Amino acid sequence: MSDGIGARVKRKEDKRFITGKGKYTDDIRMENQAYAAFVRSPHAHAKVTGIDASAAEAMDGVIAVLNGAQLTGDGIGNIITGWAITSKDGSPMNIGAWSALATEKVRYVGDAVAVVIAETQAQARLAAEAVDVDYEELAPSVSTAKTLQDNQPLVHDEIANNLCFDWEIGDEAKTDAALSGAAHITEIELTNNRLSPNAMEPRAAIAVFDSAEDHYTLYTTSQNPHVARLVLSAFYNVAPEHKLRVIAPDVGGGFGSKIYIYPEEITCLWASMKTGRSVKWTADRSEAFMTDAHGRDHVTKARMGFDDTGKIVGFKVDTIANIGAYASLFATATPTYLYGTLLSGQYDIPAIYGNVKAVYTNTVPVDAYRGAGRPEATYLIERIVEKAAREMGRDVADLRRTNFIRAFPYQTQVLLAYDSGDFDTVLDMAQKAADVAGFPARKAEAASRGKLRGLGYSCFIEACGLAPSAAAGSLGAGVGLWESAEVRVNPVGTIEILTGTHSHGQGHETTFCQLASDRFGIPVENVSIVHGDTDKVQFGMGTYGSRSGPVGMSAVMKALDKVEAKVKKIVAHSLEASEDDIVIEGGEAKVAGTDKKMAWHEIGLAAYMAHNLPEGMEPGLKETSFFDPVNFSFPSGTFICEVEVDPETGVTQIVQFVAADDFGTIINPMIVEGQVHGGVTQGIGQALLEGVVYDDEGQLLTGSYMDYTMPRADDVPSYVIGHGCTPSPNNPLGLKGCGEAGAIGAPPAVINAIVDAIGTENIEMPATPQRVWAAIQATQMPVAAE
Amino acid sequence: MTNVSMTVNGKAVSRDIPDTTLLSDFLREELRLTGTHVGCDTSQCGACVVHVDGKAVKACTALAVSLEGAAVTTIEGIANGGLHPMQTAFNDHHGLQCGFCTPGMIMAGIDIVNRYKAQGRSLSEEAIRDELEGNICRCTGYHNIVKAIEDAAAKM
Repeated sequence: MSDGIGARVKRKEDKRFITGKGKYTDDIRMENQAYAAFVRSPHAHAKVTGIDASAAEAMDGVIAVLNGAQLTGDGIGNIITGWAITSKDGSPMNIGAWSALATEKVRYVGDAVAVVIAETQAQARLAAEAVDVDYEELAPSVSTAKTLQDNQPLVHDEIANNLCFDWEIGDEAKTDAALSGAAHITEIELTNNRLSPNAMEPRAAIAVFDSAEDHYTLYTTSQNPHVARLVLSAFYNVAPEHKLRVIAPDVGGGFGSKIYIYPEEITCLWASMKTGRSVKWTADRSEAFMTDAHGRDHVTKARMGFDDTGKIVGFKVDTIANIGAYASLFATATPTYLYGTLLSGQYDIPAIYGNVKAVYTNTVPVDAYRGAGRPEATYLIERIVEKAAREMGRDVADLRRTNFIRAFPYQTQVLLAYDSGDFDTVLDMAQKAADVAGFPARKAEAASRGKLRGLGYSCFIEACGLAPSAAAGSLGAGVGLWESAEVRVNPVGTIEILTGTHSHGQGHETTFCQLASDRFGIPVENVSIVHGDTDKVQFGMGTYGSRSGPVGMSAVMKALDKVEAKVKKIVAHSLEASEDDIVIEGGEAKVAGTDKKMAWHEIGLAAYMAHNLPEGMEPGLKETSFFDPVNFSFPSGTFICEVEVDPETGVTQIVQFVAADDFGTIINPMIVEGQVHGGVTQGIGQALLEGVVYDDEGQLLTGSYMDYTMPRADDVPSYVIGHGCTPSPNNPLGLKGCGEAGAIGAPPAVINAIVDAIGTENIEMPATPQRVWAAIQATQMPVAAE
Repeated sequence: MTNVSMTVNGKAVSRDIPDTTLLSDFLREELRLTGTHVGCDTSQCGACVVHVDGKAVKACTALAVSLEGAAVTTIEGIANGGLHPMQTAFNDHHGLQCGFCTPGMIMAGIDIVNRYKAQGRSLSEEAIRDELEGNICRCTGYHNIVKAIEDAAAKM
């Protein structure tokens, strides 16, 4: 079937986007709509000693100026983090209170202290400038590496040394013993740079309070509207769930940053109730840089030990993870269960120990950003393995092969049990595509032009398909991470699939339809997706962690199973045949070995007419399923990056990038490849271009696209993509997830290539021309052109 | 308030607007043509690209009152009922994911192709990548956008 699983079906949702008819939150206008503008702290750390709103209140169009004391006075709850982490001494993590509007203290530049509601956006913004807030400035703690030190200011007065938790994983004694007996030890110190996710659609919200029904509707830029409703209701006390509808219409990218329920949505809902107006807020890009959760920001020291054959004997990791001023929704899970559990990489490592200290600083919260924890683990492992290979005089690919895991399932020393993979085959595929054999000639040719060529690898594995609920629960999660689906076959035979996941660019409206098309042989045009509205879909956990395929589609498959079973009963009854003889294909159900059949629309009609159903069967054709995986899925792959560095300028050009992945089964290769292109580009952005910078006073220096370097079309090459396939045994389709792989795997491939080119390990991300040039100068290596 | 009259997508429009109104706000809020998107506040991202008198302009950079008598074309106005070859090419080549940058990309793409054709220059991958410097996409990694523009160039 041309529209089925594995087909490159063009996207059904494209038409509205290419014609300008997409409907994003900011495109919606409500009756009686007013606008919100937030009064934000210009200081990284200060006491709020007074708010004088009188001048603002007198300005044209101003409806209300509301503050944090009013918000908490109305019982709006503090913002929560979703995962409880226990420190290695058994103590619970330390959480600082986070009110949607700060009351006594502000803790980062951009922390909101009040909101102005006005008739127009311009009036609201002007009035916000006129709100007079008295601040008593305090010294900030900004540095990830230093914030734990005794002399540092405290972000939260009650939290000593700014320590959220001091967590460990693995066996320290065993690892120390292994390292002490190692034939070779490689050490590394590195920083995983701080990033701003930068979905192109800025965050936005429209809150609509209906006083007659005591009902709220929130339109918002969310990756997970159902979780938003749950949290807004259960923790922030906005309204009980049946009085709160959350709609995420078209969402313009997320990359993690739109998972969280931010202060602005909470405040808009509350302000709508306070003012009796629909309240709209749309961030500008400056606000996005200041207030969207950032990503990464680790400082790490690690040691890896090898025996005399190159076999890894132990790996010890010490990481400080910055979570910013407040613990955001996934902030505590990201540097622990999404990082420490991946420290074995693709390698059979008999002893691993990881220690992670999560710390507060006077910066915006840091949370999950595309890959979330797994890029940090991959960058560390793949840097240290290549460094070790160079130190030991081994080929970088060969050393990896010496250590590859080859038997599955494989229980790592850090909780996870990998279900499947074939690392050798994928590495072979990547090496062939990258023409590794021809590299020395290309390097020599580049040298003749005065350029330095380098080749870098990254062999990554990630845990995706978040997540088995029981496992998540045992690790401290506040929710289960199953997914729901409903398949509705209409009387005319068209199908609606309801899912609790929500696309913000991933093409669900096409790929989810392919499942039904594949199952029943009907065209994708006759199938549609319903998502992003808590009034339409019962519940779901949203889209992140590459979970929509492995978890969301699995729920759809289970619901399709139920539909298929009922269809067979109906058809067998109508055609007086045995259920076992019914075959569904090509949009009809046939009795095998006969010419008896029913067209798909006749089956739908029969189910709803209910004139002739098997005895006891309920009318209708609609089935629901919840899928809870038994394990994570484990996508893996090998990326090979080839760079050319100009030693005169330090400019790095990526001349070739090969991405060979194993995502298990692929529903739509066109869309999967698109995910890889985008993910790799974000990874290249991290490696070469992007970096959030706060100065020592906690001022954000990278607050616009003039200062924060986004990858542009001429910064990246066209990509070479390959797919291996070991299906996941833990879901019905064998899916592993593909959304994050590019961002996870790319950074070490790029940096390893630069290291290979310039001959020094002393290079940090982003490897800007200035840094690369300085690193080359430090080596005092003769310039090839001369 | 100043009165401004212009042609938008072939239709004459006239409005009294504050002098500070950006073309992007004029299109989105006054005319409710919400296909023109605003992704930044420093004229860097290009989500708001429209055509003014046949040339690509970032609508967030132009004051509406400065465009008296101008002919503006937005993403909603590039095809009469059907699809422009550039729109078709973006669908054919999976040149969009979240769709937010897409209107600006398509408007920039049409402008690039038109300029190169007018100058009799051929449009290589390198030239397309160079020309797209004013448009940011966070989803696609540009790979398929470049392919789409290459393909549309052959059909325009």
